[in-house]
Amino acid sequence: MKLSGLDLTCIRGGRRVFSRISFSVSAGKALVLTGPNGAGKSSLLRMIAGLIRPAEGRLTLEGGDPELSAAEQAHYVGHLDPLKPALTVTENLAFWARFLNGKAGVGGTALVERGLDAVGLTDLAQLPAGYLSAGQRRRLSLARVLTVPRPIWLLDEPTTALDTASQDRLQRLMRDHLSGGGLIVAATHGPLGLAEADQLQLVKSLIDWQEPGAACDVNAMDTVL
Amino acid sequence: MTALSALFARDARIAIRIGGGAMMGVLFFLAVVTLVPFAVGPDLALLRRIGPAILWLGALLSSLLALDRLFANDHEDGSLDLILMARPPLELVVVTKALAHWMTTGLPLVVASPILGLFLNLDPAALSATVLTLLVGTPALTFIGVIGAALATALRRGGLLLPVLVLPLTIPVLIFGVAATNAASVGPMPFETPFTILCALTLMSGVIGPFAAAATLRYGME
Repeated sequence: MKLSGLDLTCIRGGRRVFSRISFSVSAGKALVLTGPNGAGKSSLLRMIAGLIRPAEGRLTLEGGDPELSAAEQAHYVGHLDPLKPALTVTENLAFWARFLNGKAGVGGTALVERGLDAVGLTDLAQLPAGYLSAGQRRRLSLARVLTVPRPIWLLDEPTTALDTASQDRLQRLMRDHLSGGGLIVAATHGPLGLAEADQLQLVKSLIDWQEPGAACDVNAMDTVL
Repeated sequence: MTALSALFARDARIAIRIGGGAMMGVLFFLAVVTLVPFAVGPDLALLRRIGPAILWLGALLSSLLALDRLFANDHEDGSLDLILMARPPLELVVVTKALAHWMTTGLPLVVASPILGLFLNLDPAALSATVLTLLVGTPALTFIGVIGAALATALRRGGLLLPVLVLPLTIPVLIFGVAATNAASVGPMPFETPFTILCALTLMSGVIGPFAAAATLRYGME
């Protein structure tokens, strides 16, 4: 499986957010997007998720399920935690597990319990999600990612509001995902603990790039001013 | 199908939990209908004549009450992003959300209408006709309303935009709903004529509404 973007350009509200970005990530690899606020990290992730159409360029996924789009095989964890305050932690997770899986009888309660256990929320299973702290909400969002297996993870600042123990746990989960053949595209300011990850550095209306791990071919970025 | 039934169950559950919209619609309906006798005076003959129209107007306003949150809540907490990315077609998602919304806000209005009809001195024929026309007509109000709900979410404007957009589109439903009810109680035209047109309006809005709302969401969310 290989996810690649060629000459992607994003225009939001008449403003050019980034121009002619190319990247490629293959199975088992992670791509970390870095750069200052407003450089277009979130926009690029939303573009891969199919929520923003590229003004130019195209996204391709090789080796995935041919009947599904890249977005349908991806998990997107954005800035917001899609949780309903009136529903309990379990109900929230069970809904997303059923909605995203789309198959009858997949896992059910056992799967949801496993997901909650993986992020350490078992004790709060029956609490309405409205009472959760920011970090607990984020962990519940990550439980969704674990409960429904999908090869592509798109993570936008996944460590926001997480305590150090949870950050360690997230690192472990991401490494497991990579070693299981998945791929990750993450936007971040802090270190994610993925030593072998490639970096794509976005600069405000100017694109730069670095290649710390040469194993994955992150293509050269063109800069158009 | 599992995905859509999960969505239906979630929306219905949120609506009937505390803070959901289900009870508010009925209470608003009660308030509107109760205000009318105070405004027009205790003239029983007059109330009986305008009763079906009052019930229909009350139901129309109440069904719009909770509608602006239909997609706005999902948009604000990021659920809409995941719904847009998901495998079920957006049109079917809209139908599912509309049905869940109708079941939790439209259906209670239908159930409450005969009791409120008694306040307006309606005879049994008019009462049963009101229940039947509301049962058939309120889904049309919801399906027309989802277009407004999608627009209000896409334009990031809540509140009064939705009724202003939606109320003109509901005029045909109101005309034929009230006409059918009046036909059943006072005549002279047969009940079936306006009633079948009302049924047709519901079926048409059930097709057009979801497509229009899905298109609005798709292009508006970028």
